[in-house]
Amino acid sequence: MSTKDIVYIALFAAVTAAVGLFPPFPLPVTGVPISVQSIGPLLAGTILGARRGFLSQLLFVVLVAVGLPLLAGGRGGFGVFLGPSAGYLLAWPLIALFVGYMVERYWRNLTLLKTIAFSLIGALGISNLMGIPWMAALLGLNLVEAAISSLAFVPGDIAKAILASFIAMAVRCSYPIIEREKAPAT
Amino acid sequence: MSLGNYVHRESPIHRMPAGSKVLILVIGGTALFLVPDLLIMITILAATIVLYRVARIPMGIMVAQVRPIVWIFVLIFVFQLFTRDVAFAGMVVSRFVALLLLASLVTLTTPASEMIDAIERRIGWMRVIGVNPAKISLGLSLALRFIPVVAKITSEVREAQRARGLEWSVIAVALPVIIRTLKMADDVANAIDARGYDP
Repeated sequence: MSTKDIVYIALFAAVTAAVGLFPPFPLPVTGVPISVQSIGPLLAGTILGARRGFLSQLLFVVLVAVGLPLLAGGRGGFGVFLGPSAGYLLAWPLIALFVGYMVERYWRNLTLLKTIAFSLIGALGISNLMGIPWMAALLGLNLVEAAISSLAFVPGDIAKAILASFIAMAVRCSYPIIEREKAPAT
Repeated sequence: MSLGNYVHRESPIHRMPAGSKVLILVIGGTALFLVPDLLIMITILAATIVLYRVARIPMGIMVAQVRPIVWIFVLIFVFQLFTRDVAFAGMVVSRFVALLLLASLVTLTTPASEMIDAIERRIGWMRVIGVNPAKISLGLSLALRFIPVVAKITSEVREAQRARGLEWSVIAVALPVIIRTLKMADDVANAIDARGYDP
């Protein structure tokens, strides 16, 4: 891994943290906050690709675990990993991994619609696949009840997936990061 | 480092090495699940509160650790009340509160910088699986350094876009921020390499 890779990884961990400065809206009843921060893993995946995207989000999770108040609303520390939103947070590295893998795979003929589709699978599919069972186990709900209570996130997740895709496609045109490896310098 | 949830006090718990605290938390946290007994659990909860006294963490800060998810405890209690009985519901909730308080105690008594040092001292073995520990250290320190930088660039771009009436357009702010920070990252990487960084 080159120095550049490490710097990019650190950068997107920091970008994810910086997005958290926007205040979140805690949902009534389940208390899992809706925040713009979960756009972080989508941006990391679509802009950096699978490997670096994954590592950047893993780095972010480590920074939260060591006690830095980087999550939206200033939350951080070990307690977060016992809270209702821990499943969603731990999904971030995997979301970046998946979205990054798909974007790299289809890089040559990537379209906005494809990027949106990959982001939606990440933001809705993978995120809920980990978030819902965790919340259900913690609150003693069954999976259907937990799934219903997470419906409130869906509009926000769709908006974030579309937004991240617009940004990623623009970066792909103006300052591509993935391409440099796809087309080795001659 | 001022950033963090750390509360500075002079106490034996603050002086404990970060690694030991995390290890005790993991072992203790697991042990909590092995004693499904209300009385023992309440004793452990009381002991945890005593630990907060020992660490000289003010009561208000202790309560603040639990307050955001108090309703979850209520929910769990009510749910267990219907499926099991009062003793079991009380046990589950007091176990949860104890666990949360213990985890928060580690965070409150350990500065993030010390925690990162502890991680860096323990990743030497990763060389065996082909991961260079020095690179992990570099990534950790760069990320910490970049957070205020990204925040500053964001406020600069917002100011620039305010002049164009685009202050609230997410894309008009996010895109220049991403591209500027990527360029900055390239410069930083080149600067590091130019100084012969080769861990």
